[in-house]
Amino acid sequence: MFDNKMVVALGERDGISGPAIAACVEAAGGKVVLTATECFV
Amino acid sequence: MSNTQPVISASTQVLAHVPGMARHGSKPQRELASHPDREEAFLASLRSFEDAVAYGPHQVFVGALHPRQLPERPWVGVPDAGAGRFGPAGEVMPEIEFLGLLAAVDRFDLVTLDRETATAAATALAAHPLAKHFDLDRIDSAAGDTEALAAKPGVLPLYLGAGRLAAAARGDHDADESLAAHVLLENLAGKATATLALTRLLDANGIDPTSIDYVLGCGEEAVGDRYQRGGGNMAKAVAEVAGLTQASGADVKNFCAAPVSALVIASGLVASGVFRRVAVVAGGSLAKLGMKFEGHLRHDLPVLEDVLGGAAVVVEADDGRSPVVRLDAVGRHTVAAGGANPQVIEALAIEPLERLGLKMTAVDDYATELHNPEITEPQGSGDVAARNYRTLAALAVRKGDVERSGIDEFVRDRGMPGYAPTQGHLASAVCYLPHALARLTEGEAERVMLMAKGSLFLGRLCQLADGMSLLLERNPNRR
Repeated sequence: MFDNKMVVALGERDGISGPAIAACVEAAGGKVVLTATECFV
Repeated sequence: MSNTQPVISASTQVLAHVPGMARHGSKPQRELASHPDREEAFLASLRSFEDAVAYGPHQVFVGALHPRQLPERPWVGVPDAGAGRFGPAGEVMPEIEFLGLLAAVDRFDLVTLDRETATAAATALAAHPLAKHFDLDRIDSAAGDTEALAAKPGVLPLYLGAGRLAAAARGDHDADESLAAHVLLENLAGKATATLALTRLLDANGIDPTSIDYVLGCGEEAVGDRYQRGGGNMAKAVAEVAGLTQASGADVKNFCAAPVSALVIASGLVASGVFRRVAVVAGGSLAKLGMKFEGHLRHDLPVLEDVLGGAAVVVEADDGRSPVVRLDAVGRHTVAAGGANPQVIEALAIEPLERLGLKMTAVDDYATELHNPEITEPQGSGDVAARNYRTLAALAVRKGDVERSGIDEFVRDRGMPGYAPTQGHLASAVCYLPHALARLTEGEAERVMLMAKGSLFLGRLCQLADGMSLLLERNPNRR
Protein backbone atom coordinates (compact mmCIF):
# COMPACT_ATOMS: atom_id res chain seq x y z
CA MET A 1 0.00 0.00 0.00
CA PHE A 2 2.86 2.37 0.81
CA ASP A 3 5.48 0.91 -1.54
CA ASN A 4 7.87 3.61 -2.76
CA LYS A 5 6.06 6.20 -0.67
CA MET A 6 7.73 8.50 1.78
CA VAL A 7 5.61 9.26 4.82
CA VAL A 8 5.58 11.86 7.57
CA ALA A 9 4.06 10.26 10.68
CA LEU A 10 2.47 12.91 12.86
CA GLY A 11 0.90 11.49 16.01
CA GLU A 12 -1.19 13.06 18.74
CA ARG A 13 -0.74 12.10 22.32
CA ASP A 14 -4.40 11.44 23.12
CA GLY A 15 -4.88 9.45 19.96
CA ILE A 16 -2.26 7.50 18.02
CA SER A 17 1.39 8.24 18.72
CA GLY A 18 3.89 8.98 15.94
CA PRO A 19 5.89 5.76 16.42
CA ALA A 20 2.68 3.68 16.23
CA ILE A 21 1.76 5.29 12.91
CA ALA A 22 5.32 4.80 11.69
CA ALA A 23 5.26 1.12 12.58
CA CYS A 24 2.06 0.62 10.57
CA VAL A 25 3.42 2.54 7.59
CA GLU A 26 6.65 0.56 7.57
CA ALA A 27 4.75 -2.70 7.84
CA ALA A 28 2.82 -1.61 4.75
CA GLY A 29 6.02 -0.98 2.81
CA GLY A 30 6.39 2.78 3.28
CA LYS A 31 9.49 4.74 4.22
CA VAL A 32 9.00 7.02 7.21
CA VAL A 33 11.04 10.18 6.85
CA LEU A 34 9.85 11.95 9.97
CA THR A 35 8.11 10.77 13.12
CA ALA A 36 6.74 13.12 15.73
CA THR A 37 4.10 13.14 18.42
CA GLU A 38 2.61 16.40 19.56
CA CYS A 39 0.59 17.53 22.55
CA PHE A 40 -2.08 20.13 21.88
CA VAL A 41 -3.06 20.86 25.47
CA MET B 1 10.44 -0.03 59.43
CA SER B 2 7.24 1.97 59.65
CA ASN B 3 4.13 1.11 57.70
CA THR B 4 1.97 4.17 58.16
CA GLN B 5 -1.24 4.54 56.17
CA PRO B 6 -1.05 7.80 54.16
CA VAL B 7 -4.13 9.98 53.72
CA ILE B 8 -4.83 13.17 51.78
CA SER B 9 -6.20 15.54 54.38
CA ALA B 10 -6.51 18.88 52.57
CA SER B 11 -6.44 20.34 49.09
CA THR B 12 -6.66 23.85 47.64
CA GLN B 13 -7.04 25.23 44.12
CA VAL B 14 -6.52 28.87 43.20
CA LEU B 15 -6.64 30.96 40.04
CA ALA B 16 -5.00 34.29 39.35
CA HIS B 17 -6.81 36.21 36.64
CA VAL B 18 -3.99 37.85 34.67
CA PRO B 19 -5.31 39.14 31.33
CA GLY B 20 -2.50 41.67 31.13
CA MET B 21 0.09 38.89 31.34
CA ALA B 22 -1.66 36.78 28.72
CA ARG B 23 0.37 38.53 26.00
CA HIS B 24 3.51 37.05 27.62
CA GLY B 25 2.32 33.48 27.13
CA SER B 26 4.54 31.62 24.69
CA LYS B 27 2.05 31.63 21.80
CA PRO B 28 0.83 35.24 22.02
CA GLN B 29 4.39 36.45 22.58
CA ARG B 30 5.50 34.89 19.30
CA GLU B 31 2.38 35.58 17.25
CA LEU B 32 1.87 39.17 18.33
CA ALA B 33 5.52 39.94 17.68
CA SER B 34 5.33 38.59 14.13
CA HIS B 35 1.80 39.89 13.46
CA PRO B 36 1.44 43.21 15.29
CA ASP B 37 -1.86 43.77 13.48
CA ARG B 38 -3.44 41.07 15.66
CA GLU B 39 -2.69 42.85 18.90
CA GLU B 40 -5.76 45.08 18.78
CA ALA B 41 -8.13 42.11 18.46
CA PHE B 42 -6.22 40.23 21.14
CA LEU B 43 -6.47 43.07 23.62
CA ALA B 44 -10.13 43.68 22.79
CA SER B 45 -10.86 40.03 23.62
CA LEU B 46 -9.46 40.00 27.14
CA ARG B 47 -11.98 39.21 29.88
CA SER B 48 -12.90 41.39 32.82
CA PHE B 49 -12.33 40.04 36.33
CA GLU B 50 -16.08 39.83 36.85
CA ASP B 51 -16.45 37.66 33.74
CA ALA B 52 -13.59 35.41 34.85
CA VAL B 53 -15.15 34.93 38.30
CA ALA B 54 -18.62 34.22 36.90
CA TYR B 55 -17.27 31.68 34.39
CA GLY B 56 -18.77 28.34 35.42
CA PRO B 57 -15.62 26.22 34.96
CA HIS B 58 -13.70 28.61 37.24
CA GLN B 59 -16.35 28.17 39.91
CA VAL B 60 -15.85 24.41 39.63
CA PHE B 61 -12.09 24.90 39.89
CA VAL B 62 -12.41 26.73 43.22
CA GLY B 63 -14.85 24.14 44.52
CA ALA B 64 -18.12 26.07 44.44
CA LEU B 65 -19.73 23.60 42.00
CA HIS B 66 -19.10 19.94 41.30
CA PRO B 67 -18.15 19.48 37.61
CA ARG B 68 -21.27 17.39 37.04
CA GLN B 69 -23.32 20.40 38.18
CA LEU B 70 -22.10 22.49 35.24
CA PRO B 71 -24.93 23.37 32.86
CA GLU B 72 -24.81 22.41 29.20
CA ARG B 73 -22.41 24.52 27.15
CA PRO B 74 -21.84 27.28 26.21
CA TRP B 75 -20.35 28.50 29.45
CA VAL B 76 -18.98 31.72 27.97
CA GLY B 77 -21.56 34.46 28.12
CA VAL B 78 -23.69 32.54 30.63
CA PRO B 79 -22.42 33.88 33.95
CA ASP B 80 -22.99 31.94 37.15
CA ALA B 81 -25.27 34.34 39.00
CA GLY B 82 -24.20 33.14 42.43
CA ALA B 83 -20.48 33.27 41.69
CA GLY B 84 -18.04 34.88 44.07
CA ARG B 85 -14.27 35.07 43.95
CA PHE B 86 -13.92 32.81 47.00
CA GLY B 87 -15.01 29.19 46.84
CA PRO B 88 -14.77 26.31 49.31
CA ALA B 89 -11.49 25.15 47.77
CA GLY B 90 -9.83 28.42 46.86
CA GLU B 91 -10.21 31.73 45.10
CA VAL B 92 -9.89 33.72 41.91
CA MET B 93 -7.45 36.58 42.52
CA PRO B 94 -7.65 39.77 40.44
CA GLU B 95 -4.63 41.02 38.53
CA ILE B 96 -3.92 44.06 40.70
CA GLU B 97 -3.62 41.84 43.77
CA PHE B 98 -1.55 39.32 41.88
CA LEU B 99 0.96 41.99 40.86
CA GLY B 100 1.24 42.81 44.55
CA LEU B 101 1.68 39.14 45.40
CA LEU B 102 4.46 38.86 42.81
CA ALA B 103 6.30 41.66 44.60
CA ALA B 104 5.57 40.14 48.02
CA VAL B 105 7.25 36.83 47.13
CA ASP B 106 10.08 38.40 45.09
CA ARG B 107 13.46 37.99 46.83
CA PHE B 108 15.60 39.49 44.04
CA ASP B 109 13.78 42.75 43.21
CA LEU B 110 12.82 41.34 39.83
CA VAL B 111 9.46 43.09 39.67
CA THR B 112 8.92 46.83 39.92
CA LEU B 113 5.43 48.28 40.36
CA ASP B 114 4.50 51.85 39.62
CA ARG B 115 3.49 53.83 42.68
CA GLU B 116 -0.23 53.77 41.90
CA THR B 117 -0.18 49.99 41.40
CA ALA B 118 1.90 49.38 44.53
CA THR B 119 -0.51 51.40 46.65
CA ALA B 120 -3.62 49.82 45.14
CA ALA B 121 -2.19 46.29 45.41
CA ALA B 122 -1.05 46.74 49.00
CA THR B 123 -4.42 48.21 49.96
CA ALA B 124 -6.32 45.37 48.32
CA LEU B 125 -4.11 42.65 49.80
CA ALA B 126 -4.34 44.25 53.25
CA ALA B 127 -8.07 43.51 53.08
CA HIS B 128 -7.53 39.93 51.86
CA PRO B 129 -8.48 37.11 54.27
CA LEU B 130 -4.87 35.90 54.10
CA ALA B 131 -3.40 39.38 54.58
CA LYS B 132 -1.47 38.50 57.71
CA HIS B 133 0.49 35.94 55.73
CA PHE B 134 1.55 38.39 52.99
CA ASP B 135 4.74 40.46 53.22
CA LEU B 136 3.05 43.75 52.35
CA ASP B 137 6.19 45.82 53.09
CA ARG B 138 7.86 44.30 50.06
CA ILE B 139 5.09 45.65 47.84
CA ASP B 140 5.84 49.17 48.96
CA SER B 141 9.56 48.74 48.45
CA ALA B 142 8.93 47.36 44.94
CA ALA B 143 7.58 50.76 43.79
CA GLY B 144 9.62 52.51 41.12
CA ASP B 145 9.78 54.08 37.67
CA THR B 146 8.24 51.35 35.54
CA GLU B 147 8.17 53.45 32.36
CA ALA B 148 11.90 53.97 32.43
CA LEU B 149 12.50 50.32 33.27
CA ALA B 150 10.16 49.00 30.60
CA ALA B 151 12.03 51.01 27.98
CA LYS B 152 15.21 49.07 28.66
CA PRO B 153 16.05 46.08 26.48
CA GLY B 154 15.19 42.72 27.96
CA VAL B 155 12.66 44.13 30.43
CA LEU B 156 9.06 42.91 30.19
CA PRO B 157 6.29 45.48 30.54
CA LEU B 158 3.37 44.27 32.64
CA TYR B 159 -0.04 45.76 31.99
CA LEU B 160 -3.31 45.68 33.85
CA GLY B 161 -5.54 43.85 31.38
CA ALA B 162 -5.69 45.75 28.12
CA GLY B 163 -5.03 48.94 30.03
CA ARG B 164 -2.11 50.85 31.43
CA LEU B 165 1.49 49.86 32.11
CA ALA B 166 1.56 48.92 35.78
CA ALA B 167 4.81 47.05 36.36
CA ALA B 168 8.00 45.77 34.81
CA ALA B 169 9.89 42.51 35.19
CA ARG B 170 13.63 42.35 34.62
CA GLY B 171 16.07 39.57 33.92
CA ASP B 172 19.12 39.06 36.08
CA HIS B 173 21.94 38.31 33.65
CA ASP B 174 22.64 39.63 30.17
CA ALA B 175 24.23 36.43 28.92
CA ASP B 176 22.16 33.75 30.65
CA GLU B 177 18.97 32.75 28.85
CA SER B 178 17.81 30.89 31.95
CA LEU B 179 17.78 34.18 33.83
CA ALA B 180 16.06 36.23 31.10
CA ALA B 181 13.09 38.34 32.16
CA HIS B 182 10.43 36.08 30.68
CA VAL B 183 11.94 32.99 32.36
CA LEU B 184 12.24 34.67 35.75
CA LEU B 185 8.72 36.08 35.48
CA GLU B 186 7.43 32.60 34.65
CA ASN B 187 9.20 31.22 37.70
CA LEU B 188 8.04 34.03 39.95
CA ALA B 189 4.45 33.66 38.76
CA GLY B 190 4.68 29.96 39.57
CA LYS B 191 6.05 30.76 43.00
CA ALA B 192 3.31 33.31 43.71
CA THR B 193 0.42 31.04 42.68
CA ALA B 194 1.85 28.04 44.54
CA THR B 195 2.38 30.21 47.61
CA LEU B 196 -1.18 31.51 47.44
CA ALA B 197 -2.52 27.95 47.24
CA LEU B 198 -0.33 26.68 50.08
CA THR B 199 -1.03 29.67 52.33
CA ARG B 200 -4.75 29.27 51.79
CA LEU B 201 -4.53 25.53 52.44
CA LEU B 202 -2.76 25.99 55.78
CA ASP B 203 -4.95 28.87 56.92
CA ALA B 204 -8.30 27.33 55.95
CA ASN B 205 -7.47 23.99 57.54
CA GLY B 206 -5.80 25.31 60.68
CA ILE B 207 -2.52 23.58 59.84
CA ASP B 208 0.59 24.82 61.65
CA PRO B 209 3.12 25.70 58.91
CA THR B 210 5.95 24.37 61.06
CA SER B 211 4.28 20.95 61.16
CA ILE B 212 5.11 20.32 57.49
CA ASP B 213 8.26 18.23 57.17
CA TYR B 214 8.75 18.28 53.43
CA VAL B 215 7.41 19.98 50.30
CA LEU B 216 7.30 18.53 46.80
CA GLY B 217 6.95 20.97 43.90
CA CYS B 218 5.37 19.67 40.70
CA GLY B 219 4.78 22.72 38.51
CA GLU B 220 5.81 23.19 34.88
CA GLU B 221 8.49 25.85 35.30
CA ALA B 222 12.22 25.22 34.98
CA VAL B 223 14.06 27.08 37.74
CA GLY B 224 17.79 27.26 37.20
CA ASP B 225 20.68 28.96 35.45
CA ARG B 226 22.63 28.33 32.25
CA TYR B 227 24.76 25.68 33.89
CA GLN B 228 21.77 23.82 35.27
CA ARG B 229 18.53 24.62 33.47
CA GLY B 230 15.68 23.18 35.45
CA GLY B 231 17.87 22.88 38.56
CA GLY B 232 14.69 23.21 40.53
CA ASN B 233 13.46 23.44 44.07
CA MET B 234 10.52 25.70 43.64
CA ALA B 235 9.24 23.70 46.62
CA LYS B 236 11.70 25.16 49.09
CA ALA B 237 11.28 28.68 47.71
CA VAL B 238 7.54 28.38 48.35
CA ALA B 239 8.12 26.81 51.77
CA GLU B 240 10.22 29.81 52.79
CA VAL B 241 7.67 32.49 51.97
CA ALA B 242 4.79 30.42 53.36
CA GLY B 243 6.51 30.13 56.74
CA LEU B 244 7.29 26.41 56.64
CA THR B 245 10.44 26.93 58.66
CA GLN B 246 10.90 23.25 59.52
CA ALA B 247 10.46 21.95 55.98
CA SER B 248 12.84 21.15 53.21
CA GLY B 249 11.76 20.17 49.74
CA ALA B 250 12.49 19.21 46.15
CA ASP B 251 10.72 19.19 42.80
CA VAL B 252 9.23 16.32 40.81
CA LYS B 253 9.32 16.63 37.02
CA ASN B 254 7.14 14.54 34.75
CA PHE B 255 5.41 16.97 32.40
CA CYS B 256 1.67 17.10 33.14
CA ALA B 257 1.80 13.89 35.17
CA ALA B 258 4.10 15.46 37.78
CA PRO B 259 1.40 16.20 40.39
CA VAL B 260 0.15 12.61 40.50
CA SER B 261 3.75 11.38 40.57
CA ALA B 262 4.42 13.80 43.43
CA LEU B 263 1.36 12.58 45.34
CA VAL B 264 2.58 8.99 45.00
CA ILE B 265 6.06 9.95 46.21
CA ALA B 266 4.64 12.00 49.09
CA SER B 267 2.45 9.07 50.11
CA GLY B 268 5.48 6.79 49.98
CA LEU B 269 7.46 9.14 52.22
CA VAL B 270 4.62 9.13 54.75
CA ALA B 271 4.01 5.38 54.53
CA SER B 272 7.67 4.63 55.10
CA GLY B 273 7.84 6.92 58.10
CA VAL B 274 10.46 9.19 56.53
CA PHE B 275 8.16 12.19 57.04
CA ARG B 276 4.86 12.53 58.83
CA ARG B 277 3.37 15.46 56.91
CA VAL B 278 4.24 16.37 53.32
CA ALA B 279 2.87 19.23 51.21
CA VAL B 280 2.63 18.95 47.42
CA VAL B 281 2.50 22.31 45.61
CA ALA B 282 2.27 23.55 42.04
CA GLY B 283 2.07 27.04 40.66
CA GLY B 284 0.67 28.19 37.34
CA SER B 285 2.21 28.12 33.89
CA LEU B 286 2.73 31.59 32.41
CA ALA B 287 3.94 30.03 29.15
CA LYS B 288 0.53 28.49 28.51
CA LEU B 289 -1.45 31.72 28.77
CA GLY B 290 -3.23 32.48 25.52
CA MET B 291 -1.96 29.23 23.96
CA LYS B 292 -5.13 28.79 21.85
CA PHE B 293 -6.06 32.43 21.46
CA GLU B 294 -6.17 32.22 17.67
CA GLY B 295 -8.96 29.65 17.81
CA HIS B 296 -10.81 31.70 20.39
CA LEU B 297 -10.65 34.86 18.30
CA ARG B 298 -11.73 32.95 15.16
CA HIS B 299 -14.83 31.84 17.07
CA ASP B 300 -15.58 35.23 18.60
CA LEU B 301 -14.66 33.99 22.05
CA PRO B 302 -12.65 35.90 24.61
CA VAL B 303 -9.06 34.89 25.30
CA LEU B 304 -10.00 32.08 27.66
CA GLU B 305 -6.50 31.16 28.79
CA ASP B 306 -6.15 34.22 30.98
CA VAL B 307 -5.69 32.53 34.36
CA LEU B 308 -2.76 31.02 36.19
CA GLY B 309 -3.61 28.06 38.39
CA GLY B 310 -2.18 26.96 41.69
CA ALA B 311 -2.62 23.88 43.84
CA ALA B 312 -1.57 22.66 47.26
CA VAL B 313 -2.21 19.32 48.93
CA VAL B 314 -1.31 17.81 52.30
CA VAL B 315 -0.43 14.12 52.54
CA GLU B 316 0.01 12.84 56.07
CA ALA B 317 -0.29 9.90 58.41
CA ASP B 318 -3.77 8.49 58.89
CA ASP B 319 -5.94 10.89 60.87
CA GLY B 320 -8.88 8.51 60.99
CA ARG B 321 -11.10 10.62 58.76
CA SER B 322 -9.38 11.64 55.50
CA PRO B 323 -9.40 9.54 52.34
CA VAL B 324 -6.64 6.95 52.27
CA VAL B 325 -4.13 6.51 49.45
CA ARG B 326 -4.08 2.92 48.23
CA LEU B 327 -0.37 2.49 47.67
CA ASP B 328 -1.07 -1.11 46.67
CA ALA B 329 -2.96 0.17 43.64
CA VAL B 330 -0.68 2.78 42.12
CA GLY B 331 -0.90 2.68 38.35
CA ARG B 332 2.13 3.36 36.19
CA HIS B 333 2.75 3.47 32.47
CA THR B 334 5.75 1.24 31.89
CA VAL B 335 8.27 1.57 29.08
CA ALA B 336 6.81 -1.50 27.42
CA ALA B 337 3.15 -0.54 27.84
CA GLY B 338 2.71 1.12 24.44
CA GLY B 339 1.81 4.70 23.70
CA ALA B 340 -1.67 4.51 22.18
CA ASN B 341 -4.34 6.06 24.39
CA PRO B 342 -6.13 2.76 25.18
CA GLN B 343 -2.82 1.20 26.20
CA VAL B 344 -2.03 4.14 28.48
CA ILE B 345 -5.46 4.04 30.08
CA GLU B 346 -5.28 0.27 30.49
CA ALA B 347 -2.02 0.65 32.38
CA LEU B 348 -3.34 3.46 34.56
CA ALA B 349 -6.92 2.41 35.26
CA ILE B 350 -7.42 -1.27 34.64
CA GLU B 351 -4.25 -2.99 35.83
CA PRO B 352 -4.27 -1.42 39.34
CA LEU B 353 -7.92 -2.36 39.87
CA GLU B 354 -7.29 -5.91 38.70
CA ARG B 355 -4.49 -6.11 41.24
CA LEU B 356 -7.09 -5.44 43.95
CA GLY B 357 -9.68 -7.68 42.37
CA LEU B 358 -11.97 -4.71 41.77
CA LYS B 359 -14.24 -4.04 38.82
CA MET B 360 -14.08 -0.70 37.05
CA THR B 361 -17.50 0.03 38.49
CA ALA B 362 -15.96 -0.04 41.98
CA VAL B 363 -14.61 3.45 41.28
CA ASP B 364 -17.22 6.19 41.67
CA ASP B 365 -15.31 9.01 40.00
CA TYR B 366 -12.49 8.84 37.49
CA ALA B 367 -10.55 12.09 37.28
CA THR B 368 -8.57 12.18 34.09
CA GLU B 369 -7.20 15.13 32.15
CA LEU B 370 -9.94 17.63 32.77
CA HIS B 371 -9.12 20.28 30.18
CA ASN B 372 -12.02 22.62 29.54
CA PRO B 373 -13.38 21.70 26.07
CA GLU B 374 -14.60 25.24 25.53
CA ILE B 375 -10.91 26.19 25.47
CA THR B 376 -9.56 23.26 23.45
CA GLU B 377 -12.21 22.68 20.77
CA PRO B 378 -12.05 26.06 18.99
CA GLN B 379 -8.39 25.39 18.18
CA GLY B 380 -9.10 21.86 16.96
CA SER B 381 -7.81 19.92 19.96
CA GLY B 382 -11.12 18.24 20.68
CA ASP B 383 -12.64 17.32 24.02
CA VAL B 384 -9.81 15.61 25.87
CA ALA B 385 -11.84 14.59 28.91
CA ALA B 386 -14.72 13.14 26.87
CA ARG B 387 -12.27 11.20 24.71
CA ASN B 388 -10.63 9.67 27.77
CA TYR B 389 -13.98 8.72 29.30
CA ARG B 390 -15.13 7.02 26.10
CA THR B 391 -11.90 5.03 26.08
CA LEU B 392 -12.34 4.10 29.75
CA ALA B 393 -15.92 3.00 29.11
CA ALA B 394 -14.93 0.98 26.04
CA LEU B 395 -12.25 -0.81 28.06
CA ALA B 396 -14.81 -1.49 30.81
CA VAL B 397 -17.05 -3.13 28.19
CA ARG B 398 -14.18 -5.19 26.80
CA LYS B 399 -13.36 -6.31 30.33
CA GLY B 400 -16.95 -7.31 30.93
CA ASP B 401 -17.52 -4.87 33.78
CA VAL B 402 -20.10 -2.85 31.83
CA GLU B 403 -22.65 -3.81 29.17
CA ARG B 404 -22.18 -2.18 25.78
CA SER B 405 -25.48 -0.42 26.30
CA GLY B 406 -24.13 1.03 29.54
CA ILE B 407 -21.34 3.12 27.99
CA ASP B 408 -23.20 6.43 28.14
CA GLU B 409 -24.26 5.79 31.73
CA PHE B 410 -20.67 4.92 32.71
CA VAL B 411 -19.37 8.13 31.14
CA ARG B 412 -22.12 10.25 32.69
CA ASP B 413 -21.97 8.81 36.20
CA ARG B 414 -18.26 8.17 36.65
CA GLY B 415 -16.88 10.82 34.34
CA MET B 416 -17.34 14.54 34.26
CA PRO B 417 -16.96 17.48 31.86
CA GLY B 418 -13.52 19.03 31.65
CA TYR B 419 -13.38 22.36 33.43
CA ALA B 420 -9.72 23.19 34.05
CA PRO B 421 -7.80 25.89 32.25
CA THR B 422 -5.13 24.44 29.97
CA GLN B 423 -2.52 24.57 32.69
CA GLY B 424 -1.74 20.95 31.88
CA HIS B 425 -0.32 19.72 35.17
CA LEU B 426 -3.30 21.08 37.13
CA ALA B 427 -5.83 19.88 34.58
CA SER B 428 -4.35 16.39 34.87
CA ALA B 429 -6.54 15.11 37.67
CA VAL B 430 -5.07 17.00 40.64
CA CYS B 431 -7.65 19.77 40.10
CA TYR B 432 -10.32 17.28 41.11
CA LEU B 433 -8.81 16.66 44.55
CA PRO B 434 -10.97 19.16 46.48
CA HIS B 435 -14.07 17.53 45.01
CA ALA B 436 -12.66 14.06 45.61
CA LEU B 437 -12.03 14.83 49.28
CA ALA B 438 -15.56 16.17 49.68
CA ARG B 439 -17.09 13.18 47.90
CA LEU B 440 -15.05 10.71 49.98
CA THR B 441 -15.87 12.33 53.31
CA GLU B 442 -19.19 14.18 53.35
CA GLY B 443 -20.38 12.72 50.05
CA GLU B 444 -21.27 9.23 48.97
CA ALA B 445 -18.25 8.09 47.00
CA GLU B 446 -16.17 5.12 48.12
CA ARG B 447 -13.35 5.37 45.62
CA VAL B 448 -11.90 8.02 43.33
CA MET B 449 -9.11 7.48 40.83
CA LEU B 450 -6.77 10.23 39.66
CA MET B 451 -5.11 9.58 36.30
CA ALA B 452 -2.48 11.73 34.60
CA LYS B 453 -0.40 11.55 31.45
CA GLY B 454 2.86 13.27 30.64
CA SER B 455 4.05 14.07 27.11
CA LEU B 456 7.71 13.15 27.53
CA PHE B 457 8.30 13.24 23.77
CA LEU B 458 8.01 17.03 23.83
CA GLY B 459 11.47 17.17 25.40
CA ARG B 460 12.96 15.29 22.42
CA LEU B 461 14.75 12.70 24.53
CA CYS B 462 12.46 9.73 23.91
CA GLN B 463 9.29 9.03 21.96
CA LEU B 464 7.46 7.85 25.07
CA ALA B 465 4.61 9.25 27.09
CA ASP B 466 4.31 8.57 30.78
CA GLY B 467 1.43 8.28 33.15
CA MET B 468 0.55 7.57 36.74
CA SER B 469 -2.63 6.96 38.67
CA LEU B 470 -3.66 7.02 42.28
CA LEU B 471 -6.62 5.36 43.95
CA LEU B 472 -8.22 7.14 46.89
CA GLU B 473 -10.63 5.39 49.19
CA ARG B 474 -13.00 6.50 51.94
CA ASN B 475 -11.30 6.18 55.31
CA PRO B 476 -12.47 2.92 56.94
CA ASN B 477 -13.37 4.91 60.08
CA ARG B 478 -16.00 6.79 58.07
CA ARG B 479 -17.81 3.74 56.78
